[in-house]
Amino acid sequence: MNKQPSGAPLLSVDHVTVRFGGLTAVDGVTFDVHEGDLLGLIGPNGAGKTTLMRAIIGVVQPTEGSVSLGGESLNGLPIHQRIQRGMSLSQQLVKPLRDISMADNVALAAASEKTISPLRALLNVSNAQELAVAQYELQRVGIASMASQRPGIQPLGVLKRLELARALALKPRLLLLDEPLAGLNSQEAHALATTIAEINQQGLTIVLIEHNLGEVMRICQRLVVLDNGKKIGDGEPRTVMADPAVRAAYLGGDALGAAAAQGQPSLETHHA
Amino acid sequence: MPAADPEVQTMNYEISLLTTMAIAVMFALSLNLITGFCGQISLGHATFQGVGAYTAAMLGKAGLPFLATLPMAMVLAGLLGVVVGLASLRVRADFLAITTMGVGFLFVGIVRQQEFLGGELGISSIPDHGLGRVGFMALALVMCIGVAALSMYIKRSWMGRVFNGIAEDEDTMRVLGIDVPRYKLAAFAMGTALAGMSGAFYTYHLNFIGAESFGFVESITVLSMVVFGGIGSVPGVIIAAALLSVLPAWFQVIGDYKLLVYGGLLFLMMRFSPNGMAGLAQHVASTKWFPTGGRS
Repeated sequence: MNKQPSGAPLLSVDHVTVRFGGLTAVDGVTFDVHEGDLLGLIGPNGAGKTTLMRAIIGVVQPTEGSVSLGGESLNGLPIHQRIQRGMSLSQQLVKPLRDISMADNVALAAASEKTISPLRALLNVSNAQELAVAQYELQRVGIASMASQRPGIQPLGVLKRLELARALALKPRLLLLDEPLAGLNSQEAHALATTIAEINQQGLTIVLIEHNLGEVMRICQRLVVLDNGKKIGDGEPRTVMADPAVRAAYLGGDALGAAAAQGQPSLETHHA
Repeated sequence: MPAADPEVQTMNYEISLLTTMAIAVMFALSLNLITGFCGQISLGHATFQGVGAYTAAMLGKAGLPFLATLPMAMVLAGLLGVVVGLASLRVRADFLAITTMGVGFLFVGIVRQQEFLGGELGISSIPDHGLGRVGFMALALVMCIGVAALSMYIKRSWMGRVFNGIAEDEDTMRVLGIDVPRYKLAAFAMGTALAGMSGAFYTYHLNFIGAESFGFVESITVLSMVVFGGIGSVPGVIIAAALLSVLPAWFQVIGDYKLLVYGGLLFLMMRFSPNGMAGLAQHVASTKWFPTGGRS
């Protein structure tokens, strides 16, 4: 929506730490996301990516540090207020409402102006406008032909796209995608990654958590790498992936040790 | 005086029955807003009818006309509803049932101990509403239709769509930017205020109220009406409430074993037809009873 003055970050994650009891899931992570970015947030399983995403969206409150959107601090705000300020999240586990059609699912997100308070929601009946938005967003992610069907009967590939369409219908300034490609076959993953890149090219800022490194390397302009809750890499994808510390995190410390001992960092083929 | 009219006098039983039905339907529809539309199970809904009933009784005895006690009954019941709603926002969905049940026991316990609320004896000789039996019945029916119309309207509005979403998955609704607690509170406020209204009618219909009339059994009864009719289905709940409210009058046994009958009904519906009679009717309609092929 409002363009940020160039240079000022859209999303600012500042020394965010999340602890669950004795476990430090995210440990002092700092990074910025600028208007128009398509940033890949990657790392091995258990690195703290999803927890960090949850701290950004407000499902968990960071123990330390702060998150701000467009210069405005989000600390202490509940999820719905962060969404209302221009973020939206496409969740890893797709959770459509099963009793209503796919179009109605997306329309519910598109109605955010009318549902901002119960009173306004009570005074508004028509959903024609929202269904039009829903149709447009479903078209955008390539599942417009199933708009009138229930989500219950759809395969995962369609549901992942539905989840994306719903997140887009909120008209966010920043879109957070948590493993949108997980569970898809390589063809579906390739197609959806291309869609995500297109949506980014249309001007939407995106943060993407994804395990599918091939697609991440193909579409992301920048990577942030987490391991054990700490940020161990940040920058242009090829440069970051060439970093021995990042490789070690992905392949295990022993692999790096062994490779270093033999003096042959020949892991080139692995991430291609 | 309509009561002097012999024709009306012979109709007294029917008039009374229709009034009872109208009050029960109002009450069941009020719970349907909370449990049916918004998915929040309440096991203490009779409390709010009780608050409305006692408010109307006290104000009526203090000299206020019936029509003035109605809004006050709604406001007080709604206020308590919001307080209980606020408290229950902090508990997980499945604990809400326990919390509301506790509120129900608390209400009965407190009212019984209060001298000014009539204590164990309840409040009797409530002044006449001055509308005549037929007029009172008509007003109850009009209000009942009003509540039904409001329910149908809410279901069609964006509020209804959001309620439906919260009932299915409130975490998803949060991620869609919905202020879930505020919507739950709105459902509580509306549902409990309308229960309060039914309570005021109850008071003036029976001319006597006691704390026991708004206890756990009544809460279960109204919940079984909503479940029997089909959670969320307005016509289903209307039919179920109308039917179940007059059954005890027709069959003495049901009156004697109220908790057993309604509890059993609740269990059977939950187990075999979670969508109630409305769901069952839909199922029957979509099943071909008479095979079109085969037989000629």
